[in-house]
Amino acid sequence: MPLYEHVFLARQDLSQAQVDALAAAATGIVEANQGKVVKTETWGLKSLAYKIKRNRKAHFVLLNLDAPGDAVAELERQTQINEDVIRYMTVRVDEHEAGPSVQMRKQDRERTRRRDREEMA
Amino acid sequence: MSRAFFRRRKSCPFSGKDAPVIDYKDVRLLQGFMSERGKIVPSRITAVSAKKQRELGQAIKRARHLGLLPYLVK
Repeated sequence: MPLYEHVFLARQDLSQAQVDALAAAATGIVEANQGKVVKTETWGLKSLAYKIKRNRKAHFVLLNLDAPGDAVAELERQTQINEDVIRYMTVRVDEHEAGPSVQMRKQDRERTRRRDREEMA
Repeated sequence: MSRAFFRRRKSCPFSGKDAPVIDYKDVRLLQGFMSERGKIVPSRITAVSAKKQRELGQAIKRARHLGLLPYLVK
């Protein structure tokens, strides 16, 4: 089965629990269509480079999928209907990244750097 | 013939070993190849190879779609 990366942006005024529920719903759709979700990453509330549907910020979620094309079509169809999701993108990839993606690593890096600075002070 | 203005050609920053992988999620890497206005910098300035420049353009456009990078900076 082909591999995909599916990223979606949820409205800023949702709680983290609601975002997790959206991710779980997406996982459910994929699994109902004989697909697998290899990895789920929540990048948290990030500020956007420009306003999308009057949102200055959005919750980012990345799903790494190993699923047939039908599952992706169904996932995209349901995502379009959902008004809590302000944007989504599915990209076909040759292989999934092992370990956390750059977005997750960046948060770690910033945290360690902050710790370094505090130690110096 | 004197070569007063000859400058050694820079090599592509995405070729060779331990070169960074072009990924639409790596905002910090992509920002290095954008102007202050948010435009993609031409490869004749950044010395990125033609193949990698196409990949880079694709990655920047994907990041823009997701609101990770701006379409324009006013």
